[in-house]
Amino acid sequence: MYPNNANLTQEEFIAYHKKKKVMITFYRILIFIVFFGIWELTTQFKIIDSFIFSSPSRIIRTFISMTGDGSIFYHVGITLAETIVSFLLVLILGILIAVVLWWNSSIASVIEPYLVVLNSLPKTALAPILIVWLGNNVKTIIVCAISLAIFTTIINLYTSFINVEEDKILLIKTLGGNKKDILMKVILPSSFSAIVSSMKVNIGLCLVGVIIGEFLAANAGLGYLIIYGSQVFKLDWVMMSIIILCFLATGLYKLIDIIFRKYV
Amino acid sequence: MDQLLKITEIDFSYHTLSGETKALNSITFDVKPNEFVGIIGPSGSGKSTILSLIFGLLTPEAGEIWLNNQTSIGYMLQKDHLLEWRTIYKNITLGLEINKQLTAEKKELIEQMLSDYGLSGFKEAKPSQLSGGMRQRAALIRTLALQPELLLLDEPFSALDYQTRLSVADDIFSILKKEGKSAIMVTHDISEAISFCDRVLILSKRPGTIKNIVPIVLSIDNKTPLAARTAPEFREYFNLLWGELSVSE
Repeated sequence: MYPNNANLTQEEFIAYHKKKKVMITFYRILIFIVFFGIWELTTQFKIIDSFIFSSPSRIIRTFISMTGDGSIFYHVGITLAETIVSFLLVLILGILIAVVLWWNSSIASVIEPYLVVLNSLPKTALAPILIVWLGNNVKTIIVCAISLAIFTTIINLYTSFINVEEDKILLIKTLGGNKKDILMKVILPSSFSAIVSSMKVNIGLCLVGVIIGEFLAANAGLGYLIIYGSQVFKLDWVMMSIIILCFLATGLYKLIDIIFRKYV
Repeated sequence: MDQLLKITEIDFSYHTLSGETKALNSITFDVKPNEFVGIIGPSGSGKSTILSLIFGLLTPEAGEIWLNNQTSIGYMLQKDHLLEWRTIYKNITLGLEINKQLTAEKKELIEQMLSDYGLSGFKEAKPSQLSGGMRQRAALIRTLALQPELLLLDEPFSALDYQTRLSVADDIFSILKKEGKSAIMVTHDISEAISFCDRVLILSKRPGTIKNIVPIVLSIDNKTPLAARTAPEFREYFNLLWGELSVSE
């Protein structure tokens, strides 16, 4: 703002922030190295048992061998596909149901307490019932993931729909529009950011739901690998799957973030 | 057929769980072609309700609203309500989109209005990039694109600062006169009513009844809202309306 006067302090200001940024990156990498370094060394020197705790080097070796026979792509692919299918279904069903509730406020008032109950219910409790009802298959996994994310989505989107400024609705009416015009021209566009933020939450929730489903009803996927690995004491599989899940969860979230960043 | 709109003995009440609020009582007036009618009154006197009834957003409990059957109505709200996710051009065509009238002819009309009212350079701009007066003009083009003959203006300038308000009122007045429109303007600003309108209705406090209808006759040529404020009769009308309003408080 005062270029002649403040040049020096501005430079100092920028230098300070650059330094701070470098420090933050440094400590982030340090934590990573220290964590995996201690893990590796303690197993190397037999302070902890690598049979139970696995180790970074064993994880890498397992990963390389499973890449070699392609089985890792199969398991990751299954989990990824199940997550994306349930994510898309949650998105579509969530928007549709929220629109129905907005369209007919009587329906909304009637089912509101049921939504609240279902939303607060720990959905993992439903998983065993789903296996009995739907069988030991991929249907159970997808329904499990959907049940985890759908109720919050409906509640969040419906809340966003009914909180659209009353005057914007009046505007559409003064231009001769009907309820469908109000929905298409005002309600949905102004809820766009609410839809995107619920997508960001849902991708994570769906992954959780898929893993829970795979724990109980699967013969493939990372959840299956974790539960099967722990049962046969192949802790390398378990640890590797968890690390892959970390990357998968972050990657999916970032993907949605990047796709929609320029629109929100 | 010397009337565009005739309103006879209208009653209206708002209903809530805590009770009934009588808003309008036996309202009768008419609007002639090319006439600007102002409605002033204390807040809560049902000024805006009259506009909603004329437009058909509300239905009167008693009485009749007669509209010359060729008359189409445009409604302009207090704020511009330009939608931020649409460009100015897309905002202006919103009404045409809704009514499926986005024809080449209408597009030409819009182009003409955009250049007439100094907005042609801002077609692709976002609403937030425009000043208050420009936004209000864009909102007016949005309303005029539907080619209404009668405009309902609900305190159309009250969201603007005083300076902008005077010049936008002047702009909009001349646009409407040039296009040969009629208008009903609700306002709480006495000077605005005198400077803008040919007749001014004074409503009493709730339930609103018409206390008086004052024809505004100013001894100036080529009336514009700004010029009207310099007319010798302006002060007399002001005092008259002020007096009527004060009694009704």
